[in-house]
Amino acid sequence: MEINRSSITANAATAREMGLVSCHRCHLLCKLYDQKSACPRCGTSLHSRKKESVARTWALVIAASIFYIPANILPVTYTTSLGTVQSDTIMSGVIYFIHSDSWPIALVIFVASIFVPLLKLVILITLLLSVQLRWISRAKDFTRLYRLTELVGRWSMLDIYVITVLVALVHFDALADIEAGMGALFFAMVVVITMFAAESFDPRLIWDNLQSTHEEKY
Amino acid sequence: MVEHLIACHGCDLVHALSDIPIGKTAYCSRCGSILYRPKRDSINRSLAFTLAGAILFFIANTCPFLGFKIGSKIRETTLASGIHQLYQQDMFIIASLVLFTVVLVPLLHILCMLYILIPLRFNRNPLYLANVFRLYLVLKPWGMLEIFMLGILVSAIKLVKMATIIPGTALYAFLALVFVLSAMTVTLDGHVVWKSIDRQ
Ligand SMILES: [Zn+2]
Ligand SMILES: [Zn+2]
Repeated sequence: MEINRSSITANAATAREMGLVSCHRCHLLCKLYDQKSACPRCGTSLHSRKKESVARTWALVIAASIFYIPANILPVTYTTSLGTVQSDTIMSGVIYFIHSDSWPIALVIFVASIFVPLLKLVILITLLLSVQLRWISRAKDFTRLYRLTELVGRWSMLDIYVITVLVALVHFDALADIEAGMGALFFAMVVVITMFAAESFDPRLIWDNLQSTHEEKY
Repeated sequence: MVEHLIACHGCDLVHALSDIPIGKTAYCSRCGSILYRPKRDSINRSLAFTLAGAILFFIANTCPFLGFKIGSKIRETTLASGIHQLYQQDMFIIASLVLFTVVLVPLLHILCMLYILIPLRFNRNPLYLANVFRLYLVLKPWGMLEIFMLGILVSAIKLVKMATIIPGTALYAFLALVFVLSAMTVTLDGHVVWKSIDRQ
C-alpha cells in the first residue's frame, strides 16, 4: 500500500473553508444551502462537524469511567461445583489462567478486558483535551490514536462472549453450574458506551484548531 | 466539478481525486487517513462471498456448536439455546447484546448485501438502495463474529480441564463464516454502490 501521489493534488483548504460539507455516510461533497439540509445522494442529514461532539464524548467517557470500577470489582461469574460456590472477577479469571500455566490466554484476556478499555478511555480523554487546549503540534499522532481506538475497542467484548459460552454450556445442576454476575453487566456497558464515545468524537476538530491558528497569523 | 473532489473524513482537507488504479490507495496528504481504495470486480466478488455467507450462517445457527461432557452427562448447545440460558438468568442486557452482535447484525449484513448486490449485478438499482446501504454501514462496527470465535476458543480452554469438549458442526461453520464475512466486507467497494445511485 503506497501513497499514490500522482493522483492526489492537495488543496490547501478544508471542505468547511470552501463552504462545502462532506456527507458523513457516503462522502459526497455537498453545498450547504440551509442548516437542515440532507445529502442529495444518500439522505443523511448534513453536518459540517458532528453535533456537540466534545460535550457528548465527555459525557460518555465519564459514564464509562464510572462503570469501569464496578466492572472490575464485582464478580463476573459464579461457579458452583459439588455444592461450593466460587465467585470470579475479571482479574481473578486472568490469575486463574496464569496459575494453570496458560499464560497466552491470560495475556489475551488481560489485554482485551482490562488494558484495552482503559487505553481507550485514556486516548479519548487525551483527544478531548487536545481539542479543548489546542494541542496542534501533534495533530497527526492524535488522528492515528483515534483510528487505533476505533480498531481495538470492539475486542473488549471478548470476556462477554466467554461468559456467554460458559453459562450456556456448564449447566449440570448441583454437579457444576456457572452463572453470570453483575460485573459482567457493568463490563458490557463499558464496552458499548466507549464504542458510542469513539463514534461521537469528531477527529476533524483536532485539525480545526490548526486552521484557526493560521487565520490568526495572517 | 464538485464530484471529483473528496474531503478527508479524518481532517476535512479537500483533495482532487483522479482515477486511482486498482491495488493502489489514496491517502490524505495531511493526516494520513485513507481517502479511497478501489477494489477489483467488487460487485461479483462481494456477491459470491455473500451467498457463501448466507449458507454458512444458516448452518451455524441451527446445528449444535459445542458439546460438553461430564461423566455420562452430555450437554449440547446451539447458539440460540445459549442466549436463551442468559435470558433465563435475568441477564437481559447481556443476552440482547450477544444476540445483536453475533446473530442479528451478521444476518442483517448478509440480507442487506443480497438485496443490494443481486440487482446491481444485473445493472439495476433496487428500491431504497441508499437507505439499505446506510443501514449496512451503520451496523458495520457492531458485527463481532471474529471476537465471538476467540471467545469460544478461550472458554473451551477453560472448560477442557472440567470435562470433554466435543466440537459441533456449527463451530466449523462459524469459523468459515468469520472469514467469508470479512472477505465480503473487504471486497466491497462502497464507492461503486454510491455511484450507482448517481447513475439513476
Ligand atoms: Zn450522503
Ligand atoms: Zn486528512
